[in-house]
Formats: sequence, C-alpha cells, structure tokens
Amino acid sequence: MWNLTAEALDVAKLRGATFADVRLMHMRQRDLTTKNGQVGTLAQSESIGIGVRVLANGAWGFASTDQLTRQGVAACTAQAVSIAKASALAKRGDVEMVPEEAYVDSWQAPLVKDPFEIPLESQLELLLKADAAMRAVKGVTLTETDMQFRRIDTWYASSIGSRIHQRKVISGCGVAATSFQGTEIQKRSYPNSFGGQYALAGYELVESLDLLRHAPRVAEESVALHSAAQCPEKTGTLLLDGSQLGLQIHESVGHPIELDRVLGQEANFAGTSFLTLDQLNKLTYGSEIVNVVADARLAHGPGLGSFAYDDEGVPAQCTDIIKDGQFRGYLSNRETAKLIGLSRSSGTMRTESWNRLPIIRMTNISLKPGRGTPEELIASTDDGIWMETNRSWSIDDRRYQFQFSTEIAWEIKGGKKVRMLKNPSYGGITTEFWNSCDAICGAEYWTLWGTPNCGKGQPMQTMGTGHGAAPARFRNVRMGMATSGQ
Amino acid sequence: MTKRTKTSAHELTAAPELKRRIASVLRLARLAGADEAEVQIDETIDALTRFANNAVHQNVAEKGLTISVRTVVDGRTSRVTTNRLDEDSLRAAVESSLQLAASQPKIAGLLPVPGPQRYRKVNRVSRETAEVTPEDRARAVRKASDLAIRNGQVAAGIFSTGQSQLALGNSRGLFAAYRNTHAEFSITMQDEGAASWAKANACNVRDFDPQGLAVRASEKARMARQPQELAPGKHTVILEPAAVLDLVGFLFYDFSATAVEDQRSCLTGRLGKPLFGNNISISDDAYHPLQMGAPFDGEGLPRQQVALVREGVPRNLVYSRSSARKAGKKPTGHGFALPNEYGEAPMNLVFGGGKSSVEEMVASTDRGLLVTRVWYIREVDPYEKVMTGMTRDGLFLVENGKVVSSVRNFRFNQSLIDLLRNVVALGPPRRTTAEEAFEMVVPAMKVTGFHFTEPTKF
Repeated sequence: MWNLTAEALDVAKLRGATFADVRLMHMRQRDLTTKNGQVGTLAQSESIGIGVRVLANGAWGFASTDQLTRQGVAACTAQAVSIAKASALAKRGDVEMVPEEAYVDSWQAPLVKDPFEIPLESQLELLLKADAAMRAVKGVTLTETDMQFRRIDTWYASSIGSRIHQRKVISGCGVAATSFQGTEIQKRSYPNSFGGQYALAGYELVESLDLLRHAPRVAEESVALHSAAQCPEKTGTLLLDGSQLGLQIHESVGHPIELDRVLGQEANFAGTSFLTLDQLNKLTYGSEIVNVVADARLAHGPGLGSFAYDDEGVPAQCTDIIKDGQFRGYLSNRETAKLIGLSRSSGTMRTESWNRLPIIRMTNISLKPGRGTPEELIASTDDGIWMETNRSWSIDDRRYQFQFSTEIAWEIKGGKKVRMLKNPSYGGITTEFWNSCDAICGAEYWTLWGTPNCGKGQPMQTMGTGHGAAPARFRNVRMGMATSGQ
Repeated sequence: MTKRTKTSAHELTAAPELKRRIASVLRLARLAGADEAEVQIDETIDALTRFANNAVHQNVAEKGLTISVRTVVDGRTSRVTTNRLDEDSLRAAVESSLQLAASQPKIAGLLPVPGPQRYRKVNRVSRETAEVTPEDRARAVRKASDLAIRNGQVAAGIFSTGQSQLALGNSRGLFAAYRNTHAEFSITMQDEGAASWAKANACNVRDFDPQGLAVRASEKARMARQPQELAPGKHTVILEPAAVLDLVGFLFYDFSATAVEDQRSCLTGRLGKPLFGNNISISDDAYHPLQMGAPFDGEGLPRQQVALVREGVPRNLVYSRSSARKAGKKPTGHGFALPNEYGEAPMNLVFGGGKSSVEEMVASTDRGLLVTRVWYIREVDPYEKVMTGMTRDGLFLVENGKVVSSVRNFRFNQSLIDLLRNVVALGPPRRTTAEEAFEMVVPAMKVTGFHFTEPTKF
C-alpha cells in the first residue's frame, strides 16, 4: 500500500503541488436484517481505492480512483493537480494551513471479538429469535431487526512526511416493533431508533445489549401506546433519556460548532451557524452544569468518533466546547484553524470513503455527566414529562430552532412516573434550551451513543459520530406542539 | 464548453465489455455451485466543483466501478458487492455470497430469477455534459461569484457533472443496461444575513443556465433582507416547486405494495377512497421526458407507467415480483435489488399540474406566504403523514396580490394529506430538484391552511 501512496506523493510534487495527502482505504461491511420472522437483507460489500488531495496554485484539488496500479494512481494524482489548477481560476486568495507534525504510526481500535469471525448462523439466529419474541406480542404488526459490521483500514500519507495506518471495526444492532391500529402507527425500538446502538467495538457490543431481554418489552410498549394518553401541549419540565439527549447534543451543539459551517463553507447545503466568531468565549451557551467536550481519544470511550489520527493526519484531541455553560471552542481543520487565528487544528477532518474529500466532522461530542440516578431525577420532579427514544428530529439551517419527537413518554407527577404518553414532542431555541438544564445524572448512567447516519457535504457523505450523555432535566420547555392543531 | 481531447479515463466501459464481465461472473457462480445468479455492474465518473465565500473551496472527481453478485442456492439468496475486479477477487465474492446464502433458513416464496425482458429505449446521454472540464465549471463559478461581489453578496454552491451506467444480467439470459449523463448547479446568495437559493439539474448541462440561476438567487436574496417576525398559525402558502418537492417527496414509499402489506404506509386502508383534493393526480413514469433513471428495476423487469392517484383517489400501488405474487397482481417493475426488506417504490413520480404561474398565484392572494424552499423535513406521524421542517432561503409575505416583505423563517407541522386536500391552484409541472427528496416532476402549489408553529430567529 505504501508504494502506491508514495507514487501519488511523488507525482503530486512533480506536477507542481505544494502539499498533498493521500488516503488509501479498504472497507468491508456486512449487513443483516430480518422482518416479520424472515431474513431481509443478507449482504456483504468490499471497496478499495485511493483519494488524493493536493494544493496547487494555492487551491485545492481532489481525485479518486479504484485503479490501484502505479499508472492508475499517477493518472488520478495528475487529475487532482489539474483540478486544483482549475480551482485557482476561481480563488480569492491562497489556501494556508496551520503547521502540523509528521507522524509515522500504526493503530488499531481495540476489540474483543471480531464480528466477521463470528458464525453468520449465530448472528442470524439471534436476530430471528429477537424477531420472534416481538411477534409473540399480540397487536404487533411489523417486526424488524438489524446488525451491521464494518472494518475500515486507512493508509494515510502526506507530503510533510506522515505515514499512518489505522484499522477500525464498527458494530451495531437493534430491534424495532411497530403496531398499526385504527389510524395510528406506533413504534418502539431498542436500544435506540434508526438501527440501534453503534460503537467502535466488536461483537461484544451485540452481546452486551441483550436484545432478547428487551425485545418483548418494546413490542408490548408499541401496542400499549395506542391506549396511552396524548402528550399534552404545554410548557413545562422535560426529562430526556440518554439516547434522545445524545441526538439533541448532535443537532444543537455538534453541528453549530463545525467551523466550516461557521465560516460559510456549507452555506449552500448543510447551512451556517448561529455561533459566529464573535460568540467564542462570550456566549453563555448553557447553564453552569453544562460541560461539553469534543473528544476523539480512545480514552473517552469506543465511540464512532474515536480514532488515533483524523483524516488530515492530526492526532486525536479533547477540546472544550462548553465549559461551565460558556462557549469555548469549535471543531476545526488545519485550514479553518488558520483562518480564525488558532495555532493548531482540533483534528476533526474525516472522510466516509476513499472517494470522498475529508471535511470537518463531529468526533465524540459529549455532555459530561453530573450526579445522581435517573430515579432521583424523577423523584425530584414534581410535574414533568420523561421522553425516550427519538422518532423525528429537525433543526433550522443555523441551528437555532429545533423540534424533536420521541417514541414514548411518561408523565411525572409528585416525583413518580404516573402514566404513559404517546406522540411526544418538544422544541425550542438552542441556547434557551441548554440554559434551562438544571440536572444531569451521574457517570454510571452515561452512555456513549453512536449516531451512524450523519449526512454532510457535497457530494453527500455519511459519517458516524459519538455522543456521550446521561439522562437530564430541562425547565420551561415547550412540549406537545408537533401533533396539536392537525 | 471547452473542447478537449477525451481520454479513456473519462469514458464509461463499453457495453460489450459489460456483457463480457457479467458473463464471466455468471460462469464463476455456476462453477461454484449456484443454482441461479444475478450480476449487477454500477459505474460512475463524477466531478463536483464546490464554492463558498465567492471562491472555489472544494473540487473533486471520482471514478469507480462495482460488481455485485447475488447467488441463489437451495431456496436461499444473498448479495456480495466488490470493486476488486480481478478473477480471484470475483471468485471470492461469489463464494462469499454462497456461504452467506447457505447460512440462513430457506426463504419462503423466493422466486427464480426472471428470463430475458424487452425494454423501452430512453436516451439520457449528452456528449457535451460528459465533456465538461474542471475549467468550464470554475469559469461558471467565477462568473456567478463575480455577480455576487458586484451586488455586495456572498455566493456558495456547487456545479457538478458526470455520467453513470448500470448493467444487469442473470443466469436465465436476462441482460439490461442503462446509462445517463447528469449535471447540477445550485447556488445560495447571502445578503446582509439573509439568503436565497436556486438550483437545477438535468441530463444535459445545456438545459439550464448557471448564470440565470445566480441572478435569480441574487434578486431573491436582496428581497429577503430585513425579515419581520410573523405570528405562527395557519396561513395560505404559495409553494415554489422546490418546496413542493421536498414535502411530497416523503410520500413516495407509501405507494409501495410492501409498505401497505407491512401496514406502515399512510395508504393502508385508504386505497380506492377519496383522500386528496380532486385536482391531485400522481403517476410514476420512468419514460416522462423530464425524468431520469433506468427503464428497469432491481431484478431487471421493465418499469411500467403506473397511475398512482387519479383525481384525489389513490388507485394503484407499485409491485415487485414478490409483492405482486402475494397480492395477486402483476409486477410493475419497481422492485429493489434483492435481497431486501422494503420491496419496491416508485422512483419517477410525476404530479399533474395546472396553468397558474407563481406570479398569478401571488396576484390572486389577499394574504399569504411565498415559500422558496423547505429544509430538514422529518416525519412526525406516519399515518396522518404529519411532517415537520423549516422554511429556508426566502420566505415572503404576500398582501393584496403583491410580495410586500421578507418574513422570518418558520417551523411547520403539516399533514401532507391535508396539504393535498387544500391545494387551490397548481402550476405547470416541471423537473424539480431540491435537497431532501430525489428529483421529481412537480408543480408549484397554492395551499390554504398551512400550519406554521414557531418562528426562528432569522
């Protein structure tokens, strides 16, 4: 592999590039699903290729190819340089980057059980058993399960002398039961919606989630929701489970801190950000108990945003984003760090595949835990609504106004869960919401949730991100608006 | 566009070579013991120039070809896809597929692969699109950005061009192939904290005018400055085609026979009954002159034209071979590649329209809102089809038949069923592209009682 990356770097230099970096990636994936007791998808895929990014005439060019021969890589690199020179026809200044050290390293994300070595029969057996457990519940009309495993090898080399190999294995799984009655479709998922939980881990993740124990419960809840009361429209106290709070962090903290958005580079598609540069170190983002970090280090946990180096050759870091409620940091790369006067990239350049340009991405954007148990959180709430498991999410293109709905909720009265509520929703303005946070549960209840489906960039790239969260409470939140007035 | 000498690096693989590759993998499958096999080749040559802050900041090109093989053994099937094209890798892919297939229980109702089919010809290739260079794209971007600078604005967007092809063959002799070129220009103009947007997409790059789109976005961005906050509530709206597309685009999977069988479609129990206004008719038509896409489905069956909704009444669904057999219907050529759990979907939706232009809709409105586009649409209630989302890039107040001011963006929570019951005027249908749904042929619509729930801060 290194001979091909070296070929690309040599050709880039010969063609006039002032900087080049190369990602040769080999990706393998297995997808298993079941539906209503039958195997749905059963597929494997493999993709290998190389992407070359160059700076020439002060502008960027990128080309990729699956022709992994010296000639194929040389032609691809020549194309990247020629594209960079075309970019220079419509530049307004030369690209500059903050300095970075060169690294030569090899790193593998730890795992206990390689999911590709686990017999497929036993993986399918688990899913089919979970599927059957859900179908056994009267009133369930659709059952779905899924498992996905990915192995990604990246050989990164750059003209400053870096040569880094990384191997990541990602696992994910989940189950969902749907019940249709009358004019209502209700769904419950475990451990999370939209595919379940994902982590930088092996098959041990699947075993730890105990799908068989939870499958009957979610099935029963999907049916019970039909006779539950409608979530009222009101302004009041909201309690969120960790998985929903993880997505709340993703949408209302993770995206607005992306410096490419802040600087207008995503204005046409993903949007911009309310976190303009004048807000840094001045904005009170949340209440004093709100502490958010962007932490790509493995020490943070086996998140979908954990790695040793980003796809620009910058080591994984932990950056304060919100400290004691104050806005403290952005996600940057070497170019945007230079643009705003930082001395170093925060190491958040990531690419979906060899044929995509690395762009600024969330790593693990996590809310630090507070103290206490979920039971204590509920017991200390006189009147509130506990919402759990995302059903829909939406936020404006500057990340101010959001609305989420969840699969299920419980009304809390006098410190106790008193009844199930259906069709819950809540919404608000980002900073008002985070400033209303008055309790976060402790580290024992903190989970590093994996969001495997974050879309950004043109061409679109899908990336996995991590979000650590424990259940938390928010005051004066508007709830129940999504289905009122229909 | 600039003339240039083409090189093989920019040519799609010729049809005889595709056939040879498919035959070769089918032979490997037969030798490995597959009862049946199906091979699909996807090839892409794409380039995209991205700009922001009035300059190109990302500029990319990709070329790739994948081979996907589905084997069938003893009533079981699975798929393996690879882009490693040497014989050893393809043999390994075939063997993996057989191992995967053998690891599962027998699939009830698995059908044999279909035999040879006849396809209607479609021509969606333009040489000038395939020959667009990075310099051509950069010059168009420069021109649009210069306009922005002259107008005191900031431009961001993309200009992409490319070509792709798909070929499918199976062990019963079916062979189908399709190729198209594609081009897209999208531009956002930012002006004093406001913004507007325009976008077009076609097989032929000459079918749209990037500078014309830049001028349109620039003029609307100027109009969008200094928005005022309006009280939420139910308003009459004039939805430009891009706004219509990103809303109604969420209805497409509801017309899947499998979705109805699974009782997750909003059409469950509603077929044959009036559901939308009688001015709403929807068809799926892969052969419509404004549509793109292959004239065959994931199993190689020819796509049929299907009248999905006639005068407000959902009449027909689309069927794969499997769902058609279960329902006692004929397949319509809308199946996804097997194996999958979703069945099928219409991918070439065409809405019926009317004769009202957006200008006429504005002129006929005492008080309402003109919506350029919508954003981040998600489903809140799958049966009543309540969607939430935001307006974006140009929301305008209409009073007494005129656009009078810019309005701060709103969140909406709106049932699509109600929306299609409350359409009071329709424009001519046109090929439309936006950011949430895939491209369709849709009209502008004037709709009463559109439910806005909260304003945002801009």
